[in-house]
Amino acid sequence: MWKFIVRRLLITSPQIIFLSLLVFVLASFMPGDALTGAIGPDVKAERLAELREELGFNDPWYIQYKDWVAGILQGSLGESFQYKMDVEDLIWQRVINTFWLSLVSVIFIYAIGLPLGILSGRYNDTLLDQLITGYTYIGFATPIFIFGLVALWIFGYILGWFPTGGSVDPGVESGSIEYILSKLQHLLLPGLSIALIGTVSTVQYLRSEIIDTKQKDFILTARAKGASERRVYNRHIFRNSILPIAAFFGYEIINLINGTIFIEQIFSYPGMGQLFLDSIVIRDYTVVTALVLLTGIGAIVGALLSDIILSLVDPRIRIK
Amino acid sequence: MSNPLLEIKNLKTSFRIGEEYYAAVDDVSLNVNENEVLAIVGESGSGKSALAFSVMGLHNRAKIEGEINFKGRNIANIPTKEMNKFRGNELSMIFQDPLTALNPLMEVGRQIDEVLILHNKNMPKSKRKKYIIELLERVEIPRPQHVYNQFPHELSGGMRQRVIIAIAIANQPELLIADEPTTALDVTIQAQILDLIRELKDDLGSGVILITHDLGVVAEMADRVAVMYAGEIVEVADVDTLFSDPQHPYTRSLLSSIPLLDDVQDKLHVIHGIVPSLKNLPRTGCRFSSRIPWMDEDVHEENPELSEVSPGHFVRCTCYKHFYFPDENKEEQDHDTTKS
Repeated sequence: MWKFIVRRLLITSPQIIFLSLLVFVLASFMPGDALTGAIGPDVKAERLAELREELGFNDPWYIQYKDWVAGILQGSLGESFQYKMDVEDLIWQRVINTFWLSLVSVIFIYAIGLPLGILSGRYNDTLLDQLITGYTYIGFATPIFIFGLVALWIFGYILGWFPTGGSVDPGVESGSIEYILSKLQHLLLPGLSIALIGTVSTVQYLRSEIIDTKQKDFILTARAKGASERRVYNRHIFRNSILPIAAFFGYEIINLINGTIFIEQIFSYPGMGQLFLDSIVIRDYTVVTALVLLTGIGAIVGALLSDIILSLVDPRIRIK
Repeated sequence: MSNPLLEIKNLKTSFRIGEEYYAAVDDVSLNVNENEVLAIVGESGSGKSALAFSVMGLHNRAKIEGEINFKGRNIANIPTKEMNKFRGNELSMIFQDPLTALNPLMEVGRQIDEVLILHNKNMPKSKRKKYIIELLERVEIPRPQHVYNQFPHELSGGMRQRVIIAIAIANQPELLIADEPTTALDVTIQAQILDLIRELKDDLGSGVILITHDLGVVAEMADRVAVMYAGEIVEVADVDTLFSDPQHPYTRSLLSSIPLLDDVQDKLHVIHGIVPSLKNLPRTGCRFSSRIPWMDEDVHEENPELSEVSPGHFVRCTCYKHFYFPDENKEEQDHDTTKS
């Protein structure tokens, strides 16, 4: 087991190195540089050229890459042109906000998806199943930004049950219980919006997997042992059906990153996604690069996590 | 004579196709005694497995009519909760394909343990483990301590079938149903598994229903044989009688389609046609008539019943009295002449 995890981790490091290379090269293709637009129009062209030479913009790409990586290793992601502050300081609070939003979303996704998937798979082709699959079709067809907007309008604006923006009420003392509750209240609606749309694939996967597992021979063996229906479902069907959900987990995280980008914008939630869009619009390249690198690492870690979960659930994977 | 262990009376198992129910097992009556192997033989689709599943109550959406008396109690259509007390305990089953019949995510030991937990709630864990190791030894699995913690995919097909047998016999069943237990195994393993089942039967004194389409297996294992065709039993006899004096055209066709080493025939007998599908099965008259088209229509009974031709030997339909094999060579000549 540990051997497997260590081996899997070893594969991850070249992935991250390759990702950083890709991100850097792509960023260097983007038009303009840090000085474009950041400096007054009356600065002379010679002075600009001097500055470029000084800042190392004329070095070959591998030297620039080396400097960039060296910076990252020392904990520096560069400076934001827009905010004139270190990217890591700028990103840190946003990353934490997005992390909480993603966590709440993931909890909702599985809290909604697993029971619905199990019910719909167990009682397939009944009215209940048709209602649940009906919901998943609607979920597949609804873009998350439309759903988020409608949810915000109904529950935030008309009914006023939830705040319509921000990550915490202003003026609440940081660290107090009110602070935590206020944070949670700000997370619920965006988290639920992501989950209600994002969970439909989980429901569908689980449903078809349960229907498939139900007909396997070893289920007959379990019934022939005299196991009750409850035991057959809990011990035999569910565990065997959860495999694709575990495999899907890494992809779910990538999905979540996409989802948060829209949802943060709609709910004006100060997270990574909102910063990402803003930075692209104002061409704050150091921030964009750092964020792409971070989400990329998030996706790689997600894939790593699903492999580890899979290997915990399925002994056949451990051996290979 | 004491009551039989299992007494099946006028069992009819029907499946729904569209709006209507069609019987896959049609009015079957059979007895199984203690310490007896009853073989049920027939082609694919003849209803053998449907019969076994009915006894175990494993059909999901089938309509079951008639009686299945196990030790004097009718267990047909009893609630699942009641049935679960029998299953895996006094009644157990060995399945056809050992490669798929074990849960791939559970250690072998735990899969055997489950059947013990279900029926012996008071047995302490250490005792159960000891007993499981004994069981694994009993079904001749080498290194049982090691196998206890292995997963099914780490074992060969023959080993897995032994594990399944260990599960089936864990609670010393009085009736063991083996549904084509050797079909998925290669020939050398087949013989070992059959030997094992017979030994266990002798040890436990259980009744065994052996479902198979392999007449070699029947000859080796069975005490009595029931031949099934299209949901009906067409002939029942003890094994010696059946092989020495088969009566029903279907039985005779089956027997003459076995290749023999010492009797080199030019051509093997082939039974014409296929078993009609459930939906298209004629429900009146002799169901086998469509596959012996060279026979006169008049030889069949209108409503064929099983009749006793000698003590313990039952045959359905009167057509057996007139049955003959067509002259295959002649047919071929006819065929040749039409060609030229």
